[in-house]
Amino acid sequence: MAIKSYILVCGGTACESSRGAQIYEALVREVQKQGVVSDAQVVKTGCFGFCEKGPVVKVLPDESFYVNVSPDDAAEIVSEHVIKGRPVARLLYDRSQSRKNARIDEFDFYQKQLRIVLRNCGLIDPESIDEYIARDGYAALEKALFQMKPEEVIEELRKSGLRGRGGAGFPTWRKWVFSKDIQSDEKFIICNADEGDPGAYMDRSTLEGDPHSVLEAMAIAGRTVGARRGFIYIRAEYPLAIRRLEVAIEQARGYGLLGKDILGSGFDFDIEIRLGAGAFVCGEETALIASIEGRRGMPIPRPPFPAVRGLWGKPTVINNVETLANIPVILLKGGAWFGAIGTPTSKGTKVFALTGKIVNSGLIEVPMGTTLREIIFDIGGGIKGGKKFKAAQTGGPSGGLIPEAYLDTPIDYESLGALGSIMGSGGLIVMDEDDCIVDVNKFYLEFTVDESCGKCAPCRIGGRSMFNLLTKISRGRGTDEDVEQLRTIGQAMMKASLCGLGQTAPNPVMSALRHFPQEYEAHVRDRKCPAGKCLDLVTYFILPDKCIGCTLCARRCPVNCIAGDKRKPHVIDTARCIKCGECYKACKFDAVTRG
Amino acid sequence: MGRMTLDDLRKLRERKKQEMSPRDNADKTAQVIIGMGTCGLAAGAKETFDAFVEALVANRLDHVAVRQTGCMGLCYSEPTVEVVVPGMPTVVYGKVNAEVARRIVQQHLVDRRLVDDHIYDKPAADWTAARPAPAPAPAPSKS
Repeated sequence: MAIKSYILVCGGTACESSRGAQIYEALVREVQKQGVVSDAQVVKTGCFGFCEKGPVVKVLPDESFYVNVSPDDAAEIVSEHVIKGRPVARLLYDRSQSRKNARIDEFDFYQKQLRIVLRNCGLIDPESIDEYIARDGYAALEKALFQMKPEEVIEELRKSGLRGRGGAGFPTWRKWVFSKDIQSDEKFIICNADEGDPGAYMDRSTLEGDPHSVLEAMAIAGRTVGARRGFIYIRAEYPLAIRRLEVAIEQARGYGLLGKDILGSGFDFDIEIRLGAGAFVCGEETALIASIEGRRGMPIPRPPFPAVRGLWGKPTVINNVETLANIPVILLKGGAWFGAIGTPTSKGTKVFALTGKIVNSGLIEVPMGTTLREIIFDIGGGIKGGKKFKAAQTGGPSGGLIPEAYLDTPIDYESLGALGSIMGSGGLIVMDEDDCIVDVNKFYLEFTVDESCGKCAPCRIGGRSMFNLLTKISRGRGTDEDVEQLRTIGQAMMKASLCGLGQTAPNPVMSALRHFPQEYEAHVRDRKCPAGKCLDLVTYFILPDKCIGCTLCARRCPVNCIAGDKRKPHVIDTARCIKCGECYKACKFDAVTRG
Repeated sequence: MGRMTLDDLRKLRERKKQEMSPRDNADKTAQVIIGMGTCGLAAGAKETFDAFVEALVANRLDHVAVRQTGCMGLCYSEPTVEVVVPGMPTVVYGKVNAEVARRIVQQHLVDRRLVDDHIYDKPAADWTAARPAPAPAPAPSKS
């Protein structure tokens, strides 16, 4: 006898806390009691994204969706629905008066993600061009070749409001127009896949999951601006993405979708891969161009912009992976469709790589205007281990820290800028109460100092000076003047640096001084690190009146610096203590303290 | 197939669309789709893939296709595997090592019961739209 019904119970955190677990058990009990074990299986699933009405229960195959279910309802669900096939009307989610039994996929606020860039990721076989074609792949290229004039393609892009997803948010159609309007014997299209932010992997996943979407968009760009050659500049550290791109390019050439006379249109376009050596600055477009040309990757002042004078002095459109992946969809569904998604200034969606102290770390795509709270708590499942949220850093190492008070800000280029952060490429790092803001600032500044190319003084010297000041503060030797100096140098770097790397490197510190001044004050005035991360400011000791001598801390200590007899107060040898905090975590009597 | 004309491309697209949609496919085929991006591979998706292939061969389940795909976005629960079986809810399993893979083959594909403790999510709404949920099918012919 085969299973006929599946009863899905939400096992998400929110529903669990509203008695999802008891409902699951009650349903399992009822299925057994009423003798339908071979007909129905009760299953605990991930969050339905409908926590407001939790606990929720869904019955398949008819997709009945029950809300506000209590354990007492289990018997009725089994006897009525499973056995008699009649949904329990009083529990059904009432979407409108006319349609009682709403399908879950149709809920307005069900599932906050909207996948345009990631439309094929996790769905098709990335090494099969046929599967991409089946998902309307290369249909936009068809349109650009046979139905639309270049001006019309640009008009759709303008209507769509698409802006560069690499970070700066420059309108994509403008770049294309610049290049298109210049007479030149040769023009180029470059895909910027030099994704270098720590913790960011949006572009890598897109290329690994759906390489053809980028190839198709590059060919469309070539057709529109009049370029016949394209380059994908990708980090050598992305071997799988490179391999899948190579396979994809080979397949597209085989089908005549790249190369000479594409689909008999007379248009020639081909793509080559260039590997980057992992320098962060090569994500900056002029440094990237220098690197492709075989020179050292260093930026040059703009203008002229690459769209006017780029690779080998020729007009060059440089678009980021995510920007390109949007373009085939925009041509197929229309600029107006895309322009209807998002906020007044930022259209479409944004892919984020959720990392840090978050339950569901992963890759998500949400419409612009989604709030950080929705991203972190609804999609990301909240903070790991039930800890308290402290800050979110958007834009990777070049972004700013956003405190809890601003979690409800709808995210777009402008709102993040107003908060002292940036959209950046989409790395989103979540921090909890155990993270020290000064320590985090130091970590990211160390990265940008290390990656500075050294060409301009504000970035080369300013970054290093800021890092030295942060080190001083984290060691408890900072003064109020040091904090003031951080601010002054930061402002100078933001104004005077040659490229985006130096201009944005102070963002984490500047935003921290604005949103978390108390953390800096604690380090400078009280010589304390509240989170216990700046080791020079932390001492662990045991309160003799609270210690019962259970010996647990002494057994946990990795360097054996805790001494004491059983049932007698223990003592930490602070000279040998490495401040790992294991004793602090282990103590069940709050006897180990941090000061 | 060699270089295509516009007409070839359109024909290929139509044919492949039919094939990729289980509802329109004449011989209803179950699918095991394994997320094999960098995150999945790092978490052992290759072993998972091999385990599925072996277990399916051992159970003579010729109607089940094993496919690879990119990152499904659930990086915290890699390796992730989507299982599509006509007449059963489509689910995404997480933390699927070789042993769990064998359990999925036995329990989900042979016994037609979901492997309860490894379900991490259901596919996003737009995926289910792209790959329509199979219509409720009668009990499998083997029973």
